[in-house]
Amino acid sequence: MTTRIFGSGIKRREDPRLITGEARYTDDIKLPGVLHMAVVRSPYAHANIVSIDSSAAEAMDGVVAVYTSEDIGDGLAGLPTAWLIPDSDLKTPEHPALAKGKARYVGDGVAIVLADDRYRAQDAADAVVVEYEELPAVIDPEEAAQDGAPLIHDDVEGNIAFRWAPFDKEASDAVFAAADVVVSERILQQRLLPTAMEPRAAMAQYNPATQELTLWCTSQNPHIHRFIISAVTGLNENKVRVIAPEVGGGFGSKIPCYPDEALVSWAAIKLGVPVKWTETRSENYLITIHGRDHVQHVEMAASNDGKLLGVRATVYAGMGGYLSTAAPGIPTILHGLLYVGPYTIDSIYCESIGVMTNGTPTDAYRGAGRPEATFLLERMVDNVARALDMDPVELRRKNLIPAFEDGYDVAAGLTYDSGDYPAAFEKALDMAGYSDFRQAQADAQAQGRYLGIGVTAYTEMCGLGPSQVAGAVGFQGGLWESATVRVTPTGKVQALIGASPHGQGSETTLAQIISEELGFPVEDIEVVHGDTTETPMGWGTYGSRTTPVTGAALAHASRKLKEKARVLAAHLMEANVADIEYADGSFSVKGSPDQAQSIQDVALMAHLAWNMPEGMDPGFEESQFYDPPNFVYPFGTHIAIVEVDAETGEIELQRYIAVDDCGPQINPEVVAGQIHGGVVQGAAQALCEGVIYSDDGQLLTGTMQDYCMPKADMFPNFELGETVTPSPHHPIGVKGVGETGTIASTPTVYNAVLDALAPLGVKQIDMPLTSAKVWGAIQAARS
Amino acid sequence: MWPNEFDYARAGSVDEALSLIGDEGKFLAGGHSLLPVMKLRLAAPEQLVDIGGIDSLRGISANGGLTIGATTTHAEIAASADVQAMCAGLASACGQVGDQAVRNFGTIGGNIAHADPASDPPTVLVACGATINIQGADGSRSVSAQDFFVDLFETDLEDGELITGLSLPNCSDCQCAYVKFPHPASRYAIVGVAVCLKMDGGTCAQADVAVGGATVKAVKCAGAEAALAGSTLDDAAISAAAEAVKADIGDWLAGDIAYPESYRQQMAGVFLRRAIAAATG
Repeated sequence: MTTRIFGSGIKRREDPRLITGEARYTDDIKLPGVLHMAVVRSPYAHANIVSIDSSAAEAMDGVVAVYTSEDIGDGLAGLPTAWLIPDSDLKTPEHPALAKGKARYVGDGVAIVLADDRYRAQDAADAVVVEYEELPAVIDPEEAAQDGAPLIHDDVEGNIAFRWAPFDKEASDAVFAAADVVVSERILQQRLLPTAMEPRAAMAQYNPATQELTLWCTSQNPHIHRFIISAVTGLNENKVRVIAPEVGGGFGSKIPCYPDEALVSWAAIKLGVPVKWTETRSENYLITIHGRDHVQHVEMAASNDGKLLGVRATVYAGMGGYLSTAAPGIPTILHGLLYVGPYTIDSIYCESIGVMTNGTPTDAYRGAGRPEATFLLERMVDNVARALDMDPVELRRKNLIPAFEDGYDVAAGLTYDSGDYPAAFEKALDMAGYSDFRQAQADAQAQGRYLGIGVTAYTEMCGLGPSQVAGAVGFQGGLWESATVRVTPTGKVQALIGASPHGQGSETTLAQIISEELGFPVEDIEVVHGDTTETPMGWGTYGSRTTPVTGAALAHASRKLKEKARVLAAHLMEANVADIEYADGSFSVKGSPDQAQSIQDVALMAHLAWNMPEGMDPGFEESQFYDPPNFVYPFGTHIAIVEVDAETGEIELQRYIAVDDCGPQINPEVVAGQIHGGVVQGAAQALCEGVIYSDDGQLLTGTMQDYCMPKADMFPNFELGETVTPSPHHPIGVKGVGETGTIASTPTVYNAVLDALAPLGVKQIDMPLTSAKVWGAIQAARS
Repeated sequence: MWPNEFDYARAGSVDEALSLIGDEGKFLAGGHSLLPVMKLRLAAPEQLVDIGGIDSLRGISANGGLTIGATTTHAEIAASADVQAMCAGLASACGQVGDQAVRNFGTIGGNIAHADPASDPPTVLVACGATINIQGADGSRSVSAQDFFVDLFETDLEDGELITGLSLPNCSDCQCAYVKFPHPASRYAIVGVAVCLKMDGGTCAQADVAVGGATVKAVKCAGAEAALAGSTLDDAAISAAAEAVKADIGDWLAGDIAYPESYRQQMAGVFLRRAIAAATG
């Protein structure tokens, strides 16, 4: 047999078009007569809008119209919040597409200008005169939840949008009251900017005769965009077509439905001409969702002999000026349910308070709630180790859940699918040379050099997820996926999927699944996605779900086709189905190997339908809806080794070891790419990334000159390893891997730095660990 | 990302450039300082006069000292054997500006006209006693680099004047270095230190020191220079200089929200040590 395609690190088929500039993004699509939209945005974080004078703008060359929320009236419904978490007294304040009477964050849209040219649109936007009455603003979510904080929405009392605390508080209190040791820390999960390579864009075209709206936009989930656009415009859903062309990364920021997408749709309907909007990078930083923004008060309880007994936290989660599409679910369902991690912790408690602030709305950002949980857990495990004077590795080893193959119930109410945490843990420690490192660290310290190591064991919940669970936790949608495998008469495959990959390499890996299952060469398989008219319904690409969920749908659809092929092949060869053998895309009769029908032959005969078995329909196409029976739980251990320059506070990341288990790897190169990117993104949260606002809510990190994106030369070559533990409930055993790197790396790097600084007496520094902060902490500890 | 409307003209000579500039014009060379601020609409010149095609403004000549034309790129300066020999610190600083694409396009004249306090070349120019050559409608003049840089983004240039180039003394008998602590976001200098040491046997006969990045402009550091001059660059002298340099820049400190003035001031001492080590190493 030739090299098996499943598990082969073939090159990503997406890359030639991406790296030669031939990919076609939303902004690349040109329509004749298009009008360009520019948005007049509030320069204040919190201000009443006293008046808007657009007369000068309207008089400018090329300007077709200027509209405010008054002009829109009830032409657009407010943007919905689509994750209505239960038992939390959730308030969903109105989110109009343009601010009504009051702006709630810097960048909140106040008016739109439509002009025949993008430059003229911007000139006219600058000429719209808006009179504001500035109001006191609040950015910090914990401050915003205090009495006397500026009220952001009249109908959200105390700025508290929700208070989610589903666990047994009394039981948790009892564990903490009886524990030998309790450690605590206030952890700041700073705001982060997702910074996809391609900013957002949207273009709408409306045909008044057919009443059909086409919206091209940067979406991770065009089918969700379709029903939200249908809901806000009032058009029937079958009259709305959403197309996500090439999408240049998202990291969660292209899940939500934003005002801009609603506004181009409304304007295209109103004016009867196409309307286009492309975000500038400055706008991207101001108005596209931010990630994280937690203030966490965390405690962990342990016994003197190092048994971890419980974790509890009060989390103030900043929601920003409005509740974005999925925002309430992120610091709750995707966060508090992860407090057990890979450990035998029997008691967890989480009170998550969603707080409106005058910051940019927050929502899912790579990892979405799970990095914030993993960080607090791993941080507290290191704190317990310090309190007990125990080796943090020994403490983890002592508390890891033992290997299990088919289901493990944890205190959070979840059932982990499969795992062998100790195996990944020991493998990573071997790769790092942990025991030798501690000696090297002591030797370095004797020379005045500060080395540190951080070790993170993690598991996470992804492959979202069973739709019944989605319903139970208030997600306003299903979480299944569907796919169609369609074979042409000449034996070429089109796989149509409802999910919408945007850089992950899924066109390659999903083709590998079909090739493995059905025997067509991988180069004969195209994966089609991103257009609601061309593709079957799907809920989108996020939550590390496309490989596990869409992949399962494709595997099942392929297996159905293979079964049809087997029966047809038997018929064509006048043999019994039971005597048909399959290998490498060919069906043969047991005992007469010279008689064979290739899968391409069978596909052609199915299309011709000249000679079908009794009762078999013609054609060679199958579809599958797949609703996963459980989440998948990838896991692993990451290790970072750093050196801190005590003179400057600079951190050098010297080694990074990642052992991840995502089940069988379809394409190890794609897996490695996901881990590399994830580790960089997560390590950057520890080291350099962080939004800074002024006290009055101005974004001070508004460009990449101030907001520190990670750069390649900040990182060593990553040392990757894997263990392979299949998911028992998945047809091909795979688990998601899109977010593991981000989830594991932030605490790994952070704990390594704090380990290095321990001899200097430094116990805590808020992220990001800039050299100035590290140096300041060293000085403070010395004095 | 969408600049205001402007007119564009390409000048064939310095005289033509000066005649075209008008009251609201800006000279355009590499554009790597000007265009970003125009895209953000922080600057909105009505007229751009492109001087990139004026041959007389470009190139490096060595004749006792160095003369560098205003539109010479950072990459050309960094790669120049003459500059490496006669002012190694400037070659080093120009090699640390931006990234390769920026260095290939951005020019030394544009760099100093913009007067970003965290840019690298100005610090060396101040340390090494460079002279800036300027031409205006009323003729030409020269000003020392130290006097040229006035304050944050502010120079001695009058409206309508054009930098034609700069002159540097031959520093080939000096030990010269520029060492930079790059801002991790922008890679501009959190602090940049230039030192130029003239050694007489084991003794430092003359020391020139300038600091940028931590300051609103490149600052010549007389206290640090005095601590080094006449010494054998022993630990005590270097420690004294590292202390003195913090006082030298005390009146000119600059910082940002992530790297405040106080931190940068302390780092000036650390990086002066490193610059001396680089120069003498």
